[in-house]
Amino acid sequence: MISIRQLTKKYKTVEALKGITLDVPEGELFGYLGPNGSGKTTTIRILTGLARPTSGDATLHGFHILRESLEARRQCGLVPQTLNLDNELTVRENLDIHGRLFDMPRRERKARIDEMLEYVDILDRRDSPVKTLSGGLKRRVMVARALMHAPRILFLDEPTVGLDPAIRRRLWSLIKKIQQNGATIFLTTHYIEEAEFLAERVAFLNEGSIVALETPQNLMARLGEWALDEMVEGNMETVYFRSREEANRRVAGREEGGFILRRVNLEDVFIALTGKKVQAP
Amino acid sequence: MMRGFFAIYYREILILRKKLLRQMASMSVAPLLYLIAFGFGMGRDVRVDGHSYLEFLIPGLVAMNSMTQAFAIAGEINIARFYWRIFEEFQAAPIHNIAYVTGEILAGMTRAFLSAVIILVIGAASGVFLWYGPLFWMSVALNSFLFASLAVCLAMLVKSHADQALLTNFFITPMAFLGGTFFPVDRMPGWVQDVLHFLPLTHAAQAIRTSAFGGVPSAVSCIILAIIGGALFVCAFLCVNQARD
Repeated sequence: MISIRQLTKKYKTVEALKGITLDVPEGELFGYLGPNGSGKTTTIRILTGLARPTSGDATLHGFHILRESLEARRQCGLVPQTLNLDNELTVRENLDIHGRLFDMPRRERKARIDEMLEYVDILDRRDSPVKTLSGGLKRRVMVARALMHAPRILFLDEPTVGLDPAIRRRLWSLIKKIQQNGATIFLTTHYIEEAEFLAERVAFLNEGSIVALETPQNLMARLGEWALDEMVEGNMETVYFRSREEANRRVAGREEGGFILRRVNLEDVFIALTGKKVQAP
Repeated sequence: MMRGFFAIYYREILILRKKLLRQMASMSVAPLLYLIAFGFGMGRDVRVDGHSYLEFLIPGLVAMNSMTQAFAIAGEINIARFYWRIFEEFQAAPIHNIAYVTGEILAGMTRAFLSAVIILVIGAASGVFLWYGPLFWMSVALNSFLFASLAVCLAMLVKSHADQALLTNFFITPMAFLGGTFFPVDRMPGWVQDVLHFLPLTHAAQAIRTSAFGGVPSAVSCIILAIIGGALFVCAFLCVNQARD
């Protein structure tokens, strides 16, 4: 369970978080979405102990992130946005050091390294130096490392950024598998289809504030089921419809190619709420 | 409190082991050059306080090299912090900052001891055999503890890898040349001696040299090194706290 109350963070003149309040129940796969600079990574940095909040409170499974920081940190695994592996060391050595940092006994460490590498399907690269791995494999090593100490909460900060679509989908399966094994997952992403596919609930963050918090289905249902993108006097406009028939009536008689009829997605919801797109970082 | 310090230390040693030959070669270059230029070139006919210049120089080089190698841990920390971003892995781990500081300082001290051994081997190959007893190694330990603590402090304060080189130029290079490595400080004018006694390396070089000559290092020098080292250890701990933005 993640519990956040009135969390704020100020960097000199910039207010990165403006009083976030949020609860994520145990076992949920939660999507945290927003454009660049909206405060997603700042939230994760505070919750995982990398940054201090300016005010507000947060607990991870009941442990306060400041007053019981070591216990709170023990609850979570973190896959940060940037690759942060020791390139000089092997895959096994990277995981071994993580296990030592979490005070895992030697025998448990040894067994868990193999178990985790098998879990993310890179056991055969166990003794390869990290610098010889591709970006996708490095991401999987980072996931294995974050899971080494069996955390109850996994923070994934843009875990699939920069990966090709096939590898991205492979990581999605892995994320689902981790959740099915009981972990709470806090996921930030700018890939809207990723959030739609994975998250049970999503929060939209805009300029440090949560502007919506719902299931993806309910959020999209606010707009309708179908979206029509069309050019109006040189500008792209999107109109939403409750049913396909309604949308069809609108485009009846028009030539094909001047419009796109598609299903409503989370990006539409975000644009409707904020007037901004969820851009790539 | 100290849980996790060994993980930090173990990681640094693992990295050092991966490039041990390169590191040892790199640790040998500067002392070899100084030995050739000052020891063999200029110092062949010079005697200092009844010792050959080479005998005078070798303990000075031990002091200087153990200082630079202990301080070099700052470079490793910066690579981990700004380049590989591994520092975040330590910050997110359930370990106290003091454990992190201790692990890094011990790694810096290990590098310093390795560099001291290299110089003694080079010295022995040049025919210099001095007394390397417990007081000698205690002095090396005090020196390396002090500069490794300073390294952790500064590594946490800098905002980029480039800043680190700047700090090395300000703190380490002047000390290497003025701290009694190459010349006896007591031959300098009085006011210069007074200034040089503010440098920790002056005390370290005196302690290391005296013990290498079979004497007992000055208690004042050892206490000064221990106090400055202790203060820098506390500073390092506070700076790591500060690094959590």
